[in-house]
Amino acid sequence: MKKEHEYSVIGKRIPRIDGRVKVTGEAKYAADYALPGMLWCKILRSPFAHARIKHIDTSRAAKLPGVKAVITGKDFYGWRWGWMPKTRDEAPLADDKVRYLAEAVAAVAAVDEDTAEEATELIQVEYEELPGVFDPEETMKEGAPKVYDHIPNNLSWEFHMDFGDVEKAFRESDLVREDRFETGRVITGYLEPPAAVALWDSSGITIWAAKQSPYFVYRHLAACFNLPLNKIRIIQPFIGGGFGGTKNDSLAGDFCACLMSRMTRKPVKFVYSMEEVLMTCRRRHNMIILNKMGMKKDGTITGMHSRVIADGGGHTAIGPLTMYLTGFMSTLPYKLPNFKHDAFRVFTNNPIGAAMRGHGVTHTRFAAEIQMEMMAEELGLDPVEVRLKNAVTAPHTTINKVTVDSCGLTEGLQTLRDRPEWRSKDNKKSTHDPISHGVGISGTAYLSGARQRGHQSCAAVIRLCEDGTIDYLTGATDCGQGSDTVLVQIIAEELGLQVEDIDIKRVDTALTPCDAGSYGSRVTVLAGEAAQKAAQDVKRQLAEIAARNWKVSPEEIAFRNNRVYVEGSPDLAMSFEQMAKVASYSGSGAVILGRGYSQYGIEELDFDRGEGNGGTAYSFTSQLSEVDVDTETGFVKCTNMVIAHDCGKPLSPVNVEAQNQGAAVQGLGQAMYEVFKMDKGKTLNPNLVDYKMPLSMDTPKIEIIDIITDDPHGPYGAKEASEGAIVSTPPSIISAIHDATGIWFKEQPVTPEKIVMALKDKQMNKK
Amino acid sequence: MTLKEITFTINGQVQTLTIQPWRTLLEIIREDLQLTGTKEGCGQGECGSCTVIMDGKTVNSCLVPAVEADGKEIITIEGLSKGDTLHPIQQAFVEHSGMQCGFCTPGMIMSTKGLLDRNPNPNEAEIREGISGNFCRCTGYTKIIESIDAAARVMKKKD
Repeated sequence: MKKEHEYSVIGKRIPRIDGRVKVTGEAKYAADYALPGMLWCKILRSPFAHARIKHIDTSRAAKLPGVKAVITGKDFYGWRWGWMPKTRDEAPLADDKVRYLAEAVAAVAAVDEDTAEEATELIQVEYEELPGVFDPEETMKEGAPKVYDHIPNNLSWEFHMDFGDVEKAFRESDLVREDRFETGRVITGYLEPPAAVALWDSSGITIWAAKQSPYFVYRHLAACFNLPLNKIRIIQPFIGGGFGGTKNDSLAGDFCACLMSRMTRKPVKFVYSMEEVLMTCRRRHNMIILNKMGMKKDGTITGMHSRVIADGGGHTAIGPLTMYLTGFMSTLPYKLPNFKHDAFRVFTNNPIGAAMRGHGVTHTRFAAEIQMEMMAEELGLDPVEVRLKNAVTAPHTTINKVTVDSCGLTEGLQTLRDRPEWRSKDNKKSTHDPISHGVGISGTAYLSGARQRGHQSCAAVIRLCEDGTIDYLTGATDCGQGSDTVLVQIIAEELGLQVEDIDIKRVDTALTPCDAGSYGSRVTVLAGEAAQKAAQDVKRQLAEIAARNWKVSPEEIAFRNNRVYVEGSPDLAMSFEQMAKVASYSGSGAVILGRGYSQYGIEELDFDRGEGNGGTAYSFTSQLSEVDVDTETGFVKCTNMVIAHDCGKPLSPVNVEAQNQGAAVQGLGQAMYEVFKMDKGKTLNPNLVDYKMPLSMDTPKIEIIDIITDDPHGPYGAKEASEGAIVSTPPSIISAIHDATGIWFKEQPVTPEKIVMALKDKQMNKK
Repeated sequence: MTLKEITFTINGQVQTLTIQPWRTLLEIIREDLQLTGTKEGCGQGECGSCTVIMDGKTVNSCLVPAVEADGKEIITIEGLSKGDTLHPIQQAFVEHSGMQCGFCTPGMIMSTKGLLDRNPNPNEAEIREGISGNFCRCTGYTKIIESIDAAARVMKKKD
């Protein structure tokens, strides 16, 4: 490996490569595409949260002038999709029952948007309304309405992990606590609603779709329409934010637009409204965590038993993976010698629970972090010292065989502990009521290079152009996180070029190599490994040609500063451009194609037991948050965040900062503001203002400190940087609110109402 | 249905369109004029992605009836750069990575222009207030605020 100072592109503070097209309005997103003769697709949605579909009459809609196609669930012949073969329970359009409010039941394609909208209102659906079930604890009880007739107790999925002996650990503890925690109903909150333009012609399906991981949809469309994969072409526009869930999956609009394009031989476009997004798109699971932890007098954690109930809504989606993640990551970042986990995902008639940034981990880590603090308080111990006492250090293997080979948690926590914000926190305690100041610290872990079941690797193809420029093909999607910049930096580094010399093509499944997807903080690590290998493949081919010319061995050839030369022989040198020409034109001429694919993380993983590595490495995030709580109104202002993040080594420091900052504000929303208000399956606040996503006035300045640990597995020592801070933010905020109020809040979001009520209760109890 | 004829200036060019009276300014910008740099996020005037400048004031174009644009002067994101030369605000957003997915960026830049036209020397609180009508889900706002601060400094030097 190169030494630090030898990198010329990696680790440099270069701006994003896609900045220019994004500031001029040139970057095209799915909704910006239009084709001649294009029709508009609109979807009819159910007015009931739980109902049997008895009959659908589309005749009046079909007769409306301008309507070209009307479809219902029956047009998909009972096809279902889902994350695993045995969980395929979601139909493009509901054909038997609707299981959540506003589930799609029919679709129209018409000459314009207004006609399509009008036509959906002419479709007559006869429903038999069924009693619904909306509470995750109620739905498990005997006699609750059944979401699926064949599934007992509405149990969607369960995981049981059992390592060591938790009961013995509790018996031997000086303190054992049991608490009930709850995480809220929140959503990814991308600003670009899902959209696509689909065209089905003799070459198959071509679709310009807003997808974070287009290769999921590639497989779904092939399966739904029984087409070979080489007839499915997904062309990636720019993506207006992903954050997991909806854009990592297919949706009703995708299938309907494709089918109606086949029927009409016209391109078909849909754009979801923000109301459709907030009512029907995939959300983070609302989870109840019953947590039991044992601790010795000195703060040593002896064991933990978590019982998790997650509201899955009407379908399974990616839920089993969510539940796995709630458990397998609980053995980090603190040493946990005994661990038991019982996780239940249940069906209800609420919108579907699925993946979102910080997937699964954010729920149980929040519970464990806060409980640990409560126990430290009870034992009269300093919460940061308790963390330091229990923090894992590399190398470490957890009781469920998760291996940690680099860990910056201790350094991160010590860095924050020594900050003036923490050291002087008691001096800042306000004497001028009603504002009370608080500071909280959290320490968390996240997985890097996550795997799912099945296809895992990323690949890269590099084409050398004869003028020395590079065409780079990857299946990995930059949905905003900045991965295109990092990947191009890697190739530039390897070939001794500048980022401007490399053009990254957006994903086109007809041209780019297959990729697992942009989820689980895996792109830099795995697509990065592929890019590195493909660039090295190009270098190897060029070095052989250069070595032949100069009659030296290929190992002596170096690539740096757009030049190719023999190490130590300044006379034997040429520009990279010249090198490309020599390679392309000498003799019969060569065509230089580099290829590479990632091979980390291929060992077997015991998914059912929760044992083994679910990631190729693990990041560690320590966070300090400061709040001012108005004890009269309950209003909380977060005034400062400092995040000490161990991403191994930041390859693109600007993007590492940006990812941490964005994740922290998403976590801030989750901790304090955002929540869907529900009434019997109906979302009462399906708009951004009432849902309360944070705006610029609600957020503090966020300082990022890089903790460098040079992971031995990641390319150039890198680990994840996109998700750790969404896990660390809620516990640090809630700990800070405790510092300000003396109250432990165990339910997210901690809203002003909850604070005012709790302060009142506290006062009453005093009297 | 009575169609309406409207004439307005957009990015320095005079346009005359015959439109249905219920259409929004956002629709005619994106669909009729194919200036797709202006985005539709929520369509309800909440997210700010569709922000444009009309007669010197920032507006949510999804809430403005197109007929109100008659006789007005409109600037969209496409009207900021001069040829290949970016406007200093755009340049600052590029240099300071004041965007991630880029979907809110055109609206954010137009709100920034509105802010700096009113107040060329804003402090951090004023910057935060100036973009308080624009959601960004990616950046956590820190790098956007740094970009705006940098743009203000550059523009002040030029004056």
